[in-house]
Amino acid sequence: MRFLDEEGFGRLMALLAARGYVVIGPTVRDGAIVLDRIDGAKDLPRGIREAQGPGAYRLEATGDHQLFAWSHGPDSAKRFLFPPREVLSTATRLEGELRVDPAPLPEVRYAFVGLRSCDLHAIEVQDRVFAIADPAYRKRREESFYVGVNCGHPGGTCFCDSMGTGPRCAAGFDLALTELGGGFTVEPGTARGEELLSELGSREATGAEAAAAAAVTDGARERMGRRLETDDLPGLLYRNREHPRWDQVASRCLTCTNCTMVCPTCFCNDVVDGISLDGTEATRTREWASCFSEEFSHMAPGDVRKSARSRYRQWLTHKFASWIDQFGTSGCVGCGRCITWCPVGIDVTEEIAAIRVTDGEVAVAEEVVA
Amino acid sequence: MSLDVSASAVSEAEILAGVAPRVATVRRVVQEAYETYTYWLTLDDPVVRRAYRFEPGQINMFGVVGVGEIPISVSSDPARPMRLAHTIRATGRVTNVIKGLRPGDRVTLRGPFGRPWPVSAARGGNLLVVAGGLGLAPARPAIYRAIRDRGAFRRVIVLVGARGPEHMLFRHELDAWAQWLRFRGIETHLTVDIADDTWPYGEGVVTTLFPRASIDPRVTTVFTCGPEIMMRFAVRDLLGLGVPARRIWLSIERNMHCGVKLCGHCQLGPYFVCADGPIFRYDEIGELMGVAEL
Ligand SMILES: Cc1cc2nc3c(=O)[nH]c(=O)nc-3n(C[C@H](O)[C@H](O)[C@H](O)COP(=O)(O)OP(=O)(O)OC[C@H]3O[C@@H](n4cnc5c(N)ncnc54)[C@H](O)[C@@H]3O)c2cc1C
Ligand code: SF4
Ligand code: SF4
Ligand code: FES
Repeated sequence: MRFLDEEGFGRLMALLAARGYVVIGPTVRDGAIVLDRIDGAKDLPRGIREAQGPGAYRLEATGDHQLFAWSHGPDSAKRFLFPPREVLSTATRLEGELRVDPAPLPEVRYAFVGLRSCDLHAIEVQDRVFAIADPAYRKRREESFYVGVNCGHPGGTCFCDSMGTGPRCAAGFDLALTELGGGFTVEPGTARGEELLSELGSREATGAEAAAAAAVTDGARERMGRRLETDDLPGLLYRNREHPRWDQVASRCLTCTNCTMVCPTCFCNDVVDGISLDGTEATRTREWASCFSEEFSHMAPGDVRKSARSRYRQWLTHKFASWIDQFGTSGCVGCGRCITWCPVGIDVTEEIAAIRVTDGEVAVAEEVVA
Repeated sequence: MSLDVSASAVSEAEILAGVAPRVATVRRVVQEAYETYTYWLTLDDPVVRRAYRFEPGQINMFGVVGVGEIPISVSSDPARPMRLAHTIRATGRVTNVIKGLRPGDRVTLRGPFGRPWPVSAARGGNLLVVAGGLGLAPARPAIYRAIRDRGAFRRVIVLVGARGPEHMLFRHELDAWAQWLRFRGIETHLTVDIADDTWPYGEGVVTTLFPRASIDPRVTTVFTCGPEIMMRFAVRDLLGLGVPARRIWLSIERNMHCGVKLCGHCQLGPYFVCADGPIFRYDEIGELMGVAEL
């Protein structure tokens, strides 16, 4: 384990930029910590932390000098690796001849700075969806650089400890940092990370520094905002498809799609064709979509999921059960974003717990009283 | 970061075939039934055309540039993959534009995708095809294969139902099968819900043909395709006759945007209909079919 002081951290940011990476990191915009292009440590949210709860998010000044003393905002790496809108192919029609060209592969290389363990896991979850069939995703993903930050400040809606995805970075990073007063302990996760680290002028961390770094994530584990009992979630959700709780949650859910947009693993998308005004050029674009919209399941004979109940059930069951059948991993990394950014504060951990305590209950059709 | 992609069920070759849309030219358009036409296509690139193969029951993503892409089963003979037929009913935004296609027009195809009808699973026994309405289009390639390989089966039985005579697909071909192919051991029985004076076959829903087909449940493999409600009744009666659930196969429809497990639209419980289906065995999905709005 190495130790990097604040200046060394500044050199890390500069070196990433010098090597041609577009550096993406946390920064404050519109009252939230978002991920965006940053030009150095000066753009990071220094001395800021946030308070999160169901349907609630607020920034506060702490007065200290910490750069990473907060928990993630609405953005994750998904917005960059799987962009909300992406051209897949263009077609041109000239003198009756039709030509279809796949979009050129992206040239951009990102360096992500400050991703939490949950978000590094989320990238690996999306890999299983996109890595084979989407060459553009694969190129962006393989060519990017990942600097993780071990989490000392879980949010009020976080439950990565229950999902086994945090708070300590376990995989998926080139470098992992732990912020201590006056600097960072650093661990390389790849040869590429090790090579970069060797250029930064770090020193061996002392035993006290290593112990302090371990204490950061141990403390985070204890302050986790939420917990979820994960024992046999697929079985629980599959046998409770007609549980009355689905009606109860549907009466609150606005089917606004917020939860799916902020979720770092949700991958559903629409493929949409557009055409230029003179009709000679057409583009096929992929856009984020959500299983909370009715059109999502449209078929000419009728939409499959007409009710909010069926759409909430689809989403939750996919995240915690069918995802495992499909991809061999849970679709939830416990980041809590869907809880924080739900306008009515619906909480997945609470919904699942409610089904668990009344496992097997079945909604009874209401009697029609004459 | 280099990625281990071996965990996926979709092979690299399938993906390469599926990601890039290929241009195809409409050669011939034939009206089959009310608002339903068969489009005969050839892929423009001769290398792609010669390499293209499909299995009965597989789909292509059929694209009209600037309008959209929809899943459509290949309805022609898998032994002749250089000329591809898609039989399409005009029901909405994309299919109504398709209805305006004429010979010489260009479209795009991606595919083929999906799990096919397991024609060889019926070898040595009886193959029973139960099709309703447009459901005959995805079933026809399986019937062609069975006709070509007739000696491999004890009996080949084709039961087709439609709402009325004007909704019966491939009418001339069905007449020919019913009249002539029975001499080659293909038993074809047709029925419509409401007949008119010109209709020479049965009247009633497709399941009313079951007694006439004298199904032997011990050796019969069933392929059924049509509106979900029709398949439900067919399966109920077949199970009642003693056909085991694991020898009943059906074709399921869901909204599809990609065909390669990327878009999420086609999910049915744990399955992606585009890759795990569209053909399923009844014991795999019977329970899921019983859940409303899944
Ligand atoms: C496995 C499979 C095989 C099919 N085979 C055939 C076939 O051989 N012949 C045929 O005529 N039709 C077939 N269909 C149905 C065909 O895909 C729809 O009729 C078509 O998508 C309707 O598109 P639209 O834009 O005209 O309709 P709209 O009602 O305007 O639909 C808008 C969009 O919703 C989606 N959609 C609507 N209906 C369906 C549907 N039934 N299935 C899937 N997506 C739908 C499409 O993305 C469509 O563009 C098949 C569907 C599936 C899933
Ligand atoms: S389901 Fe909610 S808690 Fe789980 S990964 Fe998605 S946004 Fe985070
Ligand atoms: S659960 Fe909340 S965020 Fe998700 S669709 Fe419903 S109201 Fe919107
Ligand atoms: S059609 Fe996109 S996942 Fe199946």
